[in-house]
Amino acid sequence: MNRQGNGWISDWLEGLGRITLLAREAFFSLRTLRVSWRDLIYQIYFIGVKSQSVVLITGAFTGMVLGAQTYFQFHKVKMDTATLAVVSVSMCSELGPVLTGLMVAGRVGAAIAAELGTMRVTEQIDALRTLATHPVDYLVVPRLLALHIAMPLLTVEAIALGICSGYVVGVFLLGIDPVYSWVNMVRYTGGTDVMMGLIKSVIFGGIIALVGCYKGMSCGEGAEGVGRATTEAVVYSSIAILISNFFLTLSLTRLLNTL
Amino acid sequence: MIEVRDLKKSFGSHRILDGVSFTIEKGESVVIIGRSGGGKSVLLKHLIGLLRPNSGEVVIAGENIVSMTERELLRVRGRFGMLFQGAALFDSMTVAENIAFGLRRRGDLPAEEIAKRVENVLRVVEMPGIENKKPSELSGGMKKRVGLARAIVYRPEIVLYDEPTTGLDPVVSDSIDKLILRVRDHLDVTTVVVTHDMRSARRLGQRILMLHQQKIHATGTAEEIFNSTDPVVRRFVEGIADPQEQTF
Repeated sequence: MNRQGNGWISDWLEGLGRITLLAREAFFSLRTLRVSWRDLIYQIYFIGVKSQSVVLITGAFTGMVLGAQTYFQFHKVKMDTATLAVVSVSMCSELGPVLTGLMVAGRVGAAIAAELGTMRVTEQIDALRTLATHPVDYLVVPRLLALHIAMPLLTVEAIALGICSGYVVGVFLLGIDPVYSWVNMVRYTGGTDVMMGLIKSVIFGGIIALVGCYKGMSCGEGAEGVGRATTEAVVYSSIAILISNFFLTLSLTRLLNTL
Repeated sequence: MIEVRDLKKSFGSHRILDGVSFTIEKGESVVIIGRSGGGKSVLLKHLIGLLRPNSGEVVIAGENIVSMTERELLRVRGRFGMLFQGAALFDSMTVAENIAFGLRRRGDLPAEEIAKRVENVLRVVEMPGIENKKPSELSGGMKKRVGLARAIVYRPEIVLYDEPTTGLDPVVSDSIDKLILRVRDHLDVTTVVVTHDMRSARRLGQRILMLHQQKIHATGTAEEIFNSTDPVVRRFVEGIADPQEQTF
């Protein structure tokens, strides 16, 4: 049992080390501009444009349910007009980036791991290497950059739609005063909340890309290997998003408030 | 051109290569034969740096590639072309994009010149006019031809073939063998073929190396190998299972 536990820890640490090396290699590749721009544009389309529907639905319904629940609790203490402020701050700093990250991890992280995993088991990654092409330059960097670009845009969409949906539910369905709600929302939502959400989304994009690429490029043989890599890419990137979100909230709150 | 010195490779506790050494001269055509799962493809992948050995050296044109980083290896790999067992065509690209991939990545040729080279190399592999087809539309033999076209389009000095005729019918296998010979003679390349197809080995190999029990067991010209009296070589050449050994 103890040996099993140690094995799990060493595997985990080894994986973390390899992802760090992958990140370093990607950074080196970016610095020397070995990026294929054509692939970058395609990846932005696949990751950004094609993920919009799932992210918009998530943002809209999260804003709606958050607005309703907040109203139900605040109504008891006659604070109805603070509802939209709570929705806005929560969507900007926490729910917007985290839920967008989780949805994109499910859709894009899985797709990246499956595509790269299939390329690995069919020797296409080896073929790339024989054609004097570094797999990090050709496969990892366009996906990493595309996620860094697409994630903040998707997060902004989710936040905006979440707030609008919360407003619609609060004002038109639950009868909150629209003017006071709006004024309170603008007063209590600071630039730091928006900044926090955007910074988090960029970091979550990096996590999804690196975990997905690493799992795909190191997957085991056959269909089972690809299936396992896909599952692990989604699970590990989701867990990494949730854990890092806590530490990012603490550190970014302190950092942004001192600026 | 290629020198392998005391190469050892294990996957976990499973030893695949145990002190393999040989030399291949420039322009030579060498066939590596051996049992399925015996480490032939593993050995081939070491020659181009796709796998790293546990110990030993692989020297390509005077440079030991074992200690090189992946980025340093990219330069050395420019000397090589490789045909994979399953052709390993990029399935998201057309035939023309697959073949042009290496040339485009180099970035030193205009698009018209690349298109011309693609057209020419498709004629060399007897597959003209299929530029716009996807790999999924091709048969096994056609994939191998396109894979070979991709490997030779940038005129490498060394071409590696990993089981080029596996999974093909005898007629298509024969045409692939002839194609390999034509590429060797026209482009004057060093050729290394891994196979367990003895008909191909006899036809393609100026010299044959037999890999057996993790080592080079026998080496010689095709005639020497086919007329060998060594019992291990004889059994392999004649395709007779060893009664002492579990073969599956």
